[in-house]
Amino acid sequence: MREITYREALREALIEEMKRDESVFILGEDVAIYGGAYKVTDGLYKMFGEDRVKDTPISEAAIAGVATGAALTGMRPIAEIMYIDFSTQATDQMVNQAAKMRYMFGGKSKVPMVLRTQGGAGRGIAAHHSQSLEAWYVHMPGLYVVMPATPYDAKGLLKTSIRDDNPIVFIEHKMLYGMKGEVPEEEYLIPLGKGVIKREGEDVTIVAYSRMLHVALEAAEALEKEGVSCEVIDPRTLKPLDMDLIAGSVRKTNKAVVVSEGYRHCGMAAEIVTRIIEECFDDLDAPVKRITTPDVPIPMSPVLEEEAIPSAKKVIQAVQEIL
Amino acid sequence: MPFKETKEELLSLLKQMLEIRYFEEKVWELLARNIIKGASHVYMGEEAVAVGAISAIRDDDYITSTHRGHGHCLAKGGKLKYMLAELCGKATGYCKGRGGSMHIADVTKGNLGATGIVASNIPVATGAGYAIKLRGTDQVCLCFFGDGATNNGVFHESLNMAALWKLPVIYIIENNLYGMSVSVERASAVQELYKKGCAYNIPGEAVDGMDVMAVREATRKAVEKARKGGGPTLLECRTYRYQGHSRSDPRVYRTKEEESYWRKRDPIQSFWKRLIEEGVATEEELQGIEKEVEEETNEAEKFALESPYPPVEELAKDVYVVK
Ligand SMILES: Cc1ncc(C[n+]2csc(CCOP(=O)(O)OP(=O)(O)O)c2C)c(N)n1
Ligand SMILES: [Mg+2]
Repeated sequence: MREITYREALREALIEEMKRDESVFILGEDVAIYGGAYKVTDGLYKMFGEDRVKDTPISEAAIAGVATGAALTGMRPIAEIMYIDFSTQATDQMVNQAAKMRYMFGGKSKVPMVLRTQGGAGRGIAAHHSQSLEAWYVHMPGLYVVMPATPYDAKGLLKTSIRDDNPIVFIEHKMLYGMKGEVPEEEYLIPLGKGVIKREGEDVTIVAYSRMLHVALEAAEALEKEGVSCEVIDPRTLKPLDMDLIAGSVRKTNKAVVVSEGYRHCGMAAEIVTRIIEECFDDLDAPVKRITTPDVPIPMSPVLEEEAIPSAKKVIQAVQEIL
Repeated sequence: MPFKETKEELLSLLKQMLEIRYFEEKVWELLARNIIKGASHVYMGEEAVAVGAISAIRDDDYITSTHRGHGHCLAKGGKLKYMLAELCGKATGYCKGRGGSMHIADVTKGNLGATGIVASNIPVATGAGYAIKLRGTDQVCLCFFGDGATNNGVFHESLNMAALWKLPVIYIIENNLYGMSVSVERASAVQELYKKGCAYNIPGEAVDGMDVMAVREATRKAVEKARKGGGPTLLECRTYRYQGHSRSDPRVYRTKEEESYWRKRDPIQSFWKRLIEEGVATEEELQGIEKEVEEETNEAEKFALESPYPPVEELAKDVYVVK
C-alpha cells in the first residue's frame, strides 16, 4: 500500500470532504495563503477559493463562535485553531455554546462543526505552544474529542468527524505531521468510539493515544526482548471512549498502564485509570499505573522538556514495577 | 530639528538599536545551526520602536512584551549574554532557560514579561495601570503588541477599561503590516489602526516607527499626560519586520519590492546618518560603537554556549510560591 504522511492524510481528508459536500468550509488563522502553520491546508484556497478556505484575524473566540453559528444554520465548518494552547480563548464558545445548544434547546438544534487543532511538546517552544489540553474538552458534555496517532487514523477519523452532526474537537500532534504510514487510495471512514489493538500481548495492557502511542510501542518492543509481552491499545477517540476494548484487554492481562502527554491532575489518564478500576477491579493483579507529564508548565530548555514528557524509559519502568 | 538630547543619550539610542540588530543576526545564525531550538521571532527592522519608546520612560515604569520580545527585553535593561543564554535554554538565562525566545524578559527591570499568546499581555498591562492608580504613584506602563493583536477581543476590552478608569497605560501597536501571513488589509476592517482608539475615546496617533526620535517624542508626550492622570494613549508605530514571521516562513504573501522599500528606510542607518549630519558624532565614533556591539555579541555567544543547562531536578521548582 502507498505511504503518505500524517499531514498529507489530513489534507486529503479535507479535500475529499470539501468536494463531497459544499457546506464544508475551513476558517482559521493563516489557513489560506500560508497553508496553515503546519501546512495541512496547503494549496486548498486555490482549489476551493478564498471563501471556503478563509483566513481570519487573530480572534480565536470569534473563530469558534462563528463556526458554531454557521454550523447551527446548516453549514459544516472546520475551524482551525493553530495551537491548542490558544484554543483556551475559543473555549467559551466551544463549551458554553457549541457543546450545549442541542441539549439546552430541547434536542432541536445541532452544531455539526469540527475544531481542528494540534498540541503536544517536542519542539522546544515552551509553555504557550506545547501543551496537551484534551482533558479540558473531554470534560465537557456535548463535545467529542478525537486524537489520531497515525496517518491512517488521521484521515479516516477526520472524514468521519466532518460528517458527524456533533461538535468535535479534533486534536493533532505537532510531532506527527511528518510521520509516514499506510493509507489506502480508496475511501474509508473510521467510526468514533472504536479503538484499536496496535500490538497484541499477554502480560500487561498499555493504553496510549496520540504521540504517546508511539512511545508505548517503543517500550513494548524493548520489553519484548526481556520476555515481557505487552498489549498496546490506542483508543483513538477519547470521547466516546472504547471501554469495551480496553476492559477486554485488561481482563486478559490483569494489569494496566495508561500513558498520556497531558498534565497529571484530572487528566485523560486519570479518567481511563478510573474506568479500568470501575470495570475491572476484580480482574486486576496489580495497581493501575499512569505515566503523564507532571503538573508543570512545559519548559523551553530541551533538557527540561525531555524530562517533562513521558518517555519509553518511564513506561518500561512502570511496567516493570507491576509485573 | 536639532536634538534636545545630550550626545550620550543619542549615542545610547544608536547603541541599543545596534545591539538588537546584532543580537537578532546572531539568533538567526544559531537557529540555522540548530543551536537554538524551537521558534524565535526576530525584531530586525523594528528596533526604533522598542528603543525609542522605552527611552522615554523611567526605570521604575513598566512594560509588557510580546512573542517578538527580544528588542523590548534589551531596551528595558536586558543584557545580551543573559538573553542569548535564555534562547539557548541555559540555566544562566533570564528565565533559567524555561522561557526561551517567546517568554524572554528580565522581570527585575519592570518588564512584566513576554507572551506566546498574541494580545494576552494587553489586559495585563491594563492591570498594571490599575495597580499604579491604586498605589497613587506617577508610574506608567507601556504595552507593546502587534497589528494582528488589535483584532483580538482583549484589546477592545482592555482599551475600554483603561479609558473608563483613566489608567496610565500607553498602548503601542507595532504595525509591521502583517500578522504572520495575513496583511492588515485582509485582517482589519479599519486600516489606520490608531483610529481603533476612537471607540473608547482614547486619543490615537500614527508614528513613523522607523524613526527612533519620532517614537521617542510621541511616547514622551503620551507618558507626560498619563503621569498627570490624563489617561491612556494609543500609538501606532508603522514599521516592518525584515525577516519572515519565523525561520520557516517563505514570505510568499509579500513582494521583494515591498521588502526593499522598507529596508531603504532602515531605522539604524537613517539615525546613524542623521547623527553625523547634525554634527553629534563622527563616523569613526559611530564605527567604534558598532565594533563594541559586535564584540559584546560574540562574548554573549561564548557565554551562552558555555553555560550549563538547568538541572533536571529543578523541573518542578517554581510552579508555586513555596514558603
Ligand atoms: C492567541 C494566539 N493566536 C495565534 C497565535 C499564532 N501567532 C503567533 S504570532 C502571530 C501573528 C501576530 O501578529 P502581530 O500581532 O501583528 O505581531 P507580529 O508577529 O507581526 O509582531 C500569530 C497568528 C498566537 N501565538 N496566539
Ligand atoms: Mg504584525
